[in-house]
Amino acid sequence: MQIDHVVCAFCGCVCDDLSVTVEDGRITQIKNACVLGKAWLQGHANHTDRPVARIDGQPATLEQAVDTAARLLAQARYPMIYGLSSTTCEAQRQAVALAEVLGGCIDCCTSVCHGPSGMALQGLGEPTCTLGEVKNRADLVVYWGSNPADSHPRHMARYAVTPKGMFTPRGRKDRTVVLVDVRPTPSARAADVFLQIRPGKDFEVLWALRALVKGQPVEEASLADTGLTLAQLTDLAERMKRARFGVLFIGQGLTQSRGKHMNTSAAFLLVRDLNAITKFALIPMRGHGNVTGIDAVMAWQTGFPFGVNLSLGYPRFNPGEFTMVDVLSRGEADAALIVASDPVANLPRAVGKRLAEIPTVALDTHESETTRVARVAFTTATAGIHVEGTVYRMDNVPIRLRQVLPSPYPSDEEVLRRLLARVKELKAC
Amino acid sequence: MLRILNGEVYDPINGVNGEVRDICVQDGKVVADVQGGRTIDARGMVVMPGGVDMHAHIAGPKVNLARKMRPEDHRGDVMPRTPLTRSGVGGSVPSTFTTGYRYALMGYTTAFDAAVAPLGARHAHEEFLDTPIVDKGFFVLMGNNEFILQRLGAGERERVRDFAAWLLEATKAYAIKLVNPGGVELWKFRGNVHTIDDEVAGFGTTPRQIMQTMADVAMELGLPHRVHIHCNNLGIAGNWETTLETMKALDGRRAHLTHIQFHSYGGEPGGLFTSKVAELAEYVNTHPNLSVDVGQVMFGDTTSMTGDGPLGYLLYQVTGRKWANVDIETEEGCGIVPIEYKDKNYIHTTQWAIGLEWFLLVQDPWRIALTTDHPNGASFVAYPRIIRLLMDREFRREMMQKVHQKALAKTLLPELDREYSLYEIAIITRAGPARLLGLKHKGHLGVGADADITIYAKDEDREKMFATPRYVIKDGRVIVEDGHIREETYGRTFYVAPAYDQAIEAEIRDHFDKYYTLCFENYPVQLEHYLPQHEVVACG
Repeated sequence: MQIDHVVCAFCGCVCDDLSVTVEDGRITQIKNACVLGKAWLQGHANHTDRPVARIDGQPATLEQAVDTAARLLAQARYPMIYGLSSTTCEAQRQAVALAEVLGGCIDCCTSVCHGPSGMALQGLGEPTCTLGEVKNRADLVVYWGSNPADSHPRHMARYAVTPKGMFTPRGRKDRTVVLVDVRPTPSARAADVFLQIRPGKDFEVLWALRALVKGQPVEEASLADTGLTLAQLTDLAERMKRARFGVLFIGQGLTQSRGKHMNTSAAFLLVRDLNAITKFALIPMRGHGNVTGIDAVMAWQTGFPFGVNLSLGYPRFNPGEFTMVDVLSRGEADAALIVASDPVANLPRAVGKRLAEIPTVALDTHESETTRVARVAFTTATAGIHVEGTVYRMDNVPIRLRQVLPSPYPSDEEVLRRLLARVKELKAC
Repeated sequence: MLRILNGEVYDPINGVNGEVRDICVQDGKVVADVQGGRTIDARGMVVMPGGVDMHAHIAGPKVNLARKMRPEDHRGDVMPRTPLTRSGVGGSVPSTFTTGYRYALMGYTTAFDAAVAPLGARHAHEEFLDTPIVDKGFFVLMGNNEFILQRLGAGERERVRDFAAWLLEATKAYAIKLVNPGGVELWKFRGNVHTIDDEVAGFGTTPRQIMQTMADVAMELGLPHRVHIHCNNLGIAGNWETTLETMKALDGRRAHLTHIQFHSYGGEPGGLFTSKVAELAEYVNTHPNLSVDVGQVMFGDTTSMTGDGPLGYLLYQVTGRKWANVDIETEEGCGIVPIEYKDKNYIHTTQWAIGLEWFLLVQDPWRIALTTDHPNGASFVAYPRIIRLLMDREFRREMMQKVHQKALAKTLLPELDREYSLYEIAIITRAGPARLLGLKHKGHLGVGADADITIYAKDEDREKMFATPRYVIKDGRVIVEDGHIREETYGRTFYVAPAYDQAIEAEIRDHFDKYYTLCFENYPVQLEHYLPQHEVVACG
C-alpha cells in the first residue's frame, strides 16, 4: 500500500510530500524524503519489542507506570517539564495543563536553540514570511550560522534556493545565495557568495552591515578581528539593498554563539532597517519537527513561548530563571518530566547529573540516556509515523501529520492525559 | 431546566422593550414553558440575550505572534488558576483561556475572529479548542488571494465564486473578509494601492473589482454574513474619500464595512485628521444595503494587529515601537505594532471622537455594531465603558474635559446630545450583530433561540452594570454568577459549507503545485480533529 502526502516530522522543514509504501506492516519504500527523513522513518517504524513502561528499570503496565509517575510528580515541590519539540501540539497542550496543576516550570528545547530569536522578537518584533513567499519572490537568500545541507537537507531545494515560483520563474537562476559561517560547510557549495566569519564575531559584522545599509561610514580597521573585509561587507550590504525580496535565515551558529540574543537582535534590526529600502524577511531555521509548535502552544495557553513558571498559579516568564539548563544545573528542580527529548545526552553534564538524582519521568519513542536514568520511562508511539496530530513548520504553518503504521504503544498525548487525570486525583483538584 | 422570573427583558428582535417577562429554558434552548428546575429571581434586573462580538482578533497566527511579541503586556495582568478554570494572562492580547473567561464574565457568549489567513485556519481552530465558554467562528481573508486576483484579471468570475466556496469549506470559516484588497498583495514587494481604481500590478484587477465581485459572491453563495470589508487606506488622513467611493462602488450590494472609525478621516495624507463622519454616516443612513461596526478607540496602551501589512509598517514608522510583519504565501499578510492612545494627543482625541460620532449619528442601530476592533482600538474589556459613554451624556461630557480640546472642538461630538436606551444597547451589542451575522438562533430570547442569556443588576453607573453581570447563562447553564465562573464549558464553532462546482478543484490543485509549499491534500482543516463541537450554518 502506498500512502501519499505523508508529512515528515523530523526537522523544521516539515515536508509534506513524502510517499511511503507499507507491506506486511513494514515500510518498504520511501519517496521524496531526505537522508534524515528516511532514517527517521526507518529507525522509528518497527520497534515493538520494548515494554510500554519501566519503573526503576523493571517492565510495568501502563496503569502502574501512570500511577507511580503521577505520585512522583505530585509530591514534588518544584517539578520541571521539559522537551516537547518532537511531539504533537495535542500532546503539548496536555503538558502545559499538567505543568499548571503541578505548579512547576515548563520549558522546551527552544531555550537551548532559538530562545534568543524569541527574545529578539519580544524586544523588536519580527519582519518575516512563510516559506512559500521565499519560493515565489525571494531573489536574495542569506543563510547565517546555518548549514541546511546537513541540518535541513531539503530546505534549499524545496523552499529557498532552487524552486520556481510566481515571481521567480527561473528558480535558482533568479536567486543569489549567500552563506555566512565560521567554516566552509557543505552548504557553501550551494552558495554564490561564502563569507567566512571568525567565531564569535557575528554581532560586530551585523552591526557594521547595519551601518553600511544606512550609508554610514565603517572603518576597515574596525573589522580587523571579524575575518571579513570592508569590501566584502559593502558588497553584501549592496546586494541586500538591491534585492527585491530578500530573506535572512538564521541558525544556531548565530543564536547559540557568544552574544546570543544580542546577535539575534542585531540580525532582526538589520532586517528591520532593510525594510526602509526594500522588502526583507527573517526566518529562524527551527530544528526539531515541532519545536515551533511548542512555542505556539505555550504562547496561546500562557502568553509566553518558553521558560514558564506556574508555581504561583499563573504564568511567569524568565529565561535564565525558569529555563531547563538553569533550573536543573542549580539543583532546584526536585522532579522532572521529560517528553520526546534527551537532555541527559544533549544538555550540560550538570543537568544529567541532577536528572539522575531526582525522580525523573520520561516519555520517548526509543531508549535514550534520559530514559535510562528515569525512575519511570514510557515507550510512546512516534508522532508522524504511528500517530496523527498537528505540527508547526519553522514558518508557523500548521500541518496535520498522517499515520503510516499502527503501534502497540500509546501516544504522548494519551500518556500525558492519563498523568494529568491521575495527578488531579492525587492533588484533589 | 431553568426559569428566569420577573426580569426586565430587552429582546429587540422580538420587539420586547423592558417588559417584565419570564424566560424558560430547556435543553439549552429558550422554550415557552418549563416545569421544575432552577429558578432565578430576576426582579428588578435587566435580562438580555448574551452579547455577540462580530469583529475581534482573538485567535490564530496573528494574535499568537502578538502574544509572543508582548511579554510586557502580560506581566501586570494575570489570571490565576482555580479548581475550575485554567490560568492565563491578559493585557491587550490575552491568552486563549483568559479570552474566553473574560468575554463570559462580561456577558458575551459569542465572538468572531475577523481575519484569519487561510493557511493559518488550522491554527485558529486549535486556539478555539482552548478558548472556553463562548461560541466562535472566523472570517477568512480573501481580498489578496492570488488565485482570486488571477481569475479576476482573466474575467473568470464564476471560478472566483467556486474557489471562494471551496476555501470557506476547506478552512471551516464563516464569512468572506477583505482587508485592503489588492494593497496587501502589492505590499509583498513593498507597494500598496491608494485608490479603489489603482491596478493591482501584475494581476490586471482593481480593489473596486475585488470588492464588487466578492460582495456578489457572498450573495450568490447565500452566505449568512455579507462580505466583510476593511477598506483601502486605513488610518490615513483623507481616507474618507476612499471609504465613500467604496460605499458607492458597492452600489446596492449588501456589505459590512468594518472598524469604520479608522476610515473616516479628512485632511491631507501625513497631516492632522479631521472628522468626516457626518458625510459618511449620511450615506450609510440612506443606503440600507450597508452596515458598519465602529472600531472605537479608547485611551491606553494596546496592540494594533491587522491583515493590512502596509498599515503595520506605517504604524511602526509613526510610533517607532516594535514591528512584526508576516507575508503569507499566495494569500495575505499581517502587521503588528504596540500602540498607546493618549487623551492629550490631537490625533487620538480625533479618533476617539470620530468613533462616538458614528454611534450617535447613525440612525438605524441595527446597522451599526459596537466593536473596538479588539485589540486595535482597545481591548474588548472596554465595552462597558463605551456603553456608559453612549448611555450617559453627562459622563461623556466629563470625559470630553480630559481630551485634547482643540481637536475635540473640530468634531461634532460636543453638539451631540443623543443617549442610547437599554433597548438600543441591546441592539448594537447582541441583536444587531447576530442579525448581521445571519445567526438566527443568537441575539434574541424567542422560543427556539439558544439559551445564551445575560442578567444585569441595574446600576445608574452603566459601566459597572455591564462590566459585571449578575448571571451569565450559556446554552441554558449558569456559567457566571457575580463575577465568578461557576462552570467551564467549551462552545461551538460556526462555519459554512456552500455548494460549488467541484471541477474547480483540479485548477486549485494546479495552483498549489505551482505556488504553495504545502500539498493540496494536506490543506483542508479536518472537522473531526479541529471542530469537535461545530455547527454548520446553512447558506441560501
